[in-house]
Amino acid sequence: MKDIKALGTYAENTWCPGCGNFGILSALKGAIKELQEDGVPIERVVMVSGIGCHAKIVDYVDVNSFYSLHGRVIPPLTGIKLANQDLIAIGHAGDGDAYGEGLEHLIFAAKRNLDVTFIVHNNRVYGLTTGQFTPTSPLGFKGRSTPGGSPEEPINPLELLLASGATFVARGYSGKVQHLKGLILAGIRHRGFAFIDVLQPCFTFFNTYEFYNKLVEVIEDANNENYRPIEEAYRLVRAWSYDLSETRIPIGIFYTSKRPTFEERLQTKKDSDSLDRDSAIGAILESMV
Amino acid sequence: MSEISILIGGKAGDGIKQAANTIARLLGRQGYNIFFYDDYPSLIRGGHNFSIIRASESDCLCHEEEVEIIVALNQDTVDRHIGDLRPGGVIIYDKDNVEAQGIGVPMDQIVKEHSGIPIMRNTAAIGALGALLDIGFDSVEEIIGATVKKALEVNIAIARKAYDTIERRGVFPVPSTGRKALPLVTGNEAIALGAVRGGLDLYIAYPMTPASSILHFLADHGERLGVTTVHPESEIGAALMVIGAAYGGKRAMTGTSGGGFALMTEAISLSAQSETPMVIVECQRTGPSTGVPTYTMQADLKFCLGAGHGDVQRIVMAPGDAVEAYEWSYHALNAAWYFQVPVLLLSDKHLSESAFSFKEPGPLPEWPGIKIWENNDGPYNRYMATGDGISPMAFPGTKGATVKATSYEHDEYGITAEDAKAVQFMQEKRLRKAKAIRDHFKGMKTIKEYGPEDSDVVLIFWGSTKGAAVEACKGLGIRSIQPLVLEPFPEEGLKALLRGARKVLCAETNATGQLSCLLRCYGIEVHETILRYDGRPFTPKGLKKAIEEALR
Repeated sequence: MKDIKALGTYAENTWCPGCGNFGILSALKGAIKELQEDGVPIERVVMVSGIGCHAKIVDYVDVNSFYSLHGRVIPPLTGIKLANQDLIAIGHAGDGDAYGEGLEHLIFAAKRNLDVTFIVHNNRVYGLTTGQFTPTSPLGFKGRSTPGGSPEEPINPLELLLASGATFVARGYSGKVQHLKGLILAGIRHRGFAFIDVLQPCFTFFNTYEFYNKLVEVIEDANNENYRPIEEAYRLVRAWSYDLSETRIPIGIFYTSKRPTFEERLQTKKDSDSLDRDSAIGAILESMV
Repeated sequence: MSEISILIGGKAGDGIKQAANTIARLLGRQGYNIFFYDDYPSLIRGGHNFSIIRASESDCLCHEEEVEIIVALNQDTVDRHIGDLRPGGVIIYDKDNVEAQGIGVPMDQIVKEHSGIPIMRNTAAIGALGALLDIGFDSVEEIIGATVKKALEVNIAIARKAYDTIERRGVFPVPSTGRKALPLVTGNEAIALGAVRGGLDLYIAYPMTPASSILHFLADHGERLGVTTVHPESEIGAALMVIGAAYGGKRAMTGTSGGGFALMTEAISLSAQSETPMVIVECQRTGPSTGVPTYTMQADLKFCLGAGHGDVQRIVMAPGDAVEAYEWSYHALNAAWYFQVPVLLLSDKHLSESAFSFKEPGPLPEWPGIKIWENNDGPYNRYMATGDGISPMAFPGTKGATVKATSYEHDEYGITAEDAKAVQFMQEKRLRKAKAIRDHFKGMKTIKEYGPEDSDVVLIFWGSTKGAAVEACKGLGIRSIQPLVLEPFPEEGLKALLRGARKVLCAETNATGQLSCLLRCYGIEVHETILRYDGRPFTPKGLKKAIEEALR
């Protein structure tokens, strides 16, 4: 078993001081530690990240990982689960990754109910490319590509994911590490697509600490015992539209439901040991005479 | 009879391809070698579709445009192809819909008499043709039984009636040769089966003509073959899922045409950098862009050789017929996994969708086992810098191994590395692997030579041009050479074979001579380039004429 220290690597951490990613990293390590305490062997855990500040997290956690491309977190995650259903697969994406370049994959993962946990490090700004607006930046966001202010309304990813069929929809805040750890663990334990949008200040390009500290409010979690109808979940996620208005920002598990996973529904390949491929090929060729 | 060619045509929705396939199998069961060419535009109803079936007692890897028999279900078939009828040839036509000279069969009327549906005219055509070829009705009935899934009795009754209307039996008798009947296999089906031989676990692909039939075939037979098929959201998703599956320990492959392949280029680069095996089947169509979706061209060679940003180690293979497609698909999976690189298997519409009499080759050459990490090797480093650049693999779930794969430049453990020394170190590890690939392929038969060894005139060709090229050169008594692997390019082998060649020609179906250009890059002089770029494949007669002109 790896303790918190052993879960780290020798990689030098290059996030800016005060970066919201630190909170997510702590919550994730805490969750992995707790999984191990429950008897999950560490080699069953695999992380996939995209590209951006968030993605460095795979360099900082000493578990199996695939450091993918920008926008391409879901497809390798899907491939990994198709290859080995026993793995606990956790995806990390930035808001550019998840809601910009990789949006189609995200919608399909929810639609399929792929059994993975997907954590979006949503700082609402492109950090690594030094400050441009993202799909969740507020209208009028002044970034390097929009000095006059972003001309676009932000999307509300929670609303989108509910509509896409996600069976676990949650929002966390990197400033509430224990709460976030709980969300991540619940997501991992959920059988199906667990989506967690994490509000994360970017200390350098979009410092939202004060804003979130003032406005986030923990809601009662939906779960198997405490079922929340989807209409009610929609109402809750619409309480805040990723804008700059000073309304309360609910965090927690908005919605959970049960349906078969992609892996279960896919016609999975038979145990290759019991297969005689030679005679199968022979029989197929015979039928083509 | 030593050989016969038959053209059957109609509009889309007439079931032309299905009828042609049935006729091809009927002739195959008489013990002939078959080549089956299908020509159809990109639409579902209307237009003009035709197929040519060539049956021969000799090897048969291509078709000619000229035929002995035309079977016409629409007027277009007669009007467009009458010039292709050889002297003494005959037209069988649906006399309820078509005007022609020849043997009129009331196909529409027969179908109506039996309360059939309009598409069953194709069964009437099969019946009538069976009689003309003097094949016993029991054989016709058997093949209909093997190919028709619905309303079998009605179909057989229609075939029987049409069969009985033919008075001129045996104008073109096709007696049984007594040889074992071979299965009729398309290039794509051969690719699918070869991949299964290469250990395929997952086939993940987004539909795109002319690659889709690999997906369809494996979806149909996946359970039996132990292959899971997935049709994902896009080609980007498909390629990245293949990489994820390989990282997870399963052999996966995808297939597409040029446009879909364009979307996969980021995955090629990722496969090379993360050293994750992947196989992409690229079934070329007439380009550029959407081009002519259901027609053929060999115009993505340069694209495949160059796709992916950065110095990408890759392998590019180009089989020319169904047996080669089967063999090289097997090699593609094995090479991808042995060397942990992207492998591109190049096909095109002409190879992918044409069908061949398929004789399974003997035992396929064995590949060395892939390098797998053993727990007692010490701590696991995904990118361990070995002498040949090939690092042992481990997969998530392996006790004691932390498997860190990455698109970033990295150290041996898999952690991001950006300092100059580390970058150069890892680039050089991959260069050693590129050398290992070159060395390995030098030991493989990657070039084939046909015709008289002492011929100082040589035609070089690649891929689906094989059938027409080999036959045309045979007719002219000249030598032909086919490179089957284009990266690593078999430079030494080709140069050795070309020593003493006085005149080197190169034939390919594209507009700019991409193989010629590649040959010249390696210092091989090409005196004449013969190109066809109307979306149609070469035929022996047409190519022979072009070679004669080039040599004049």
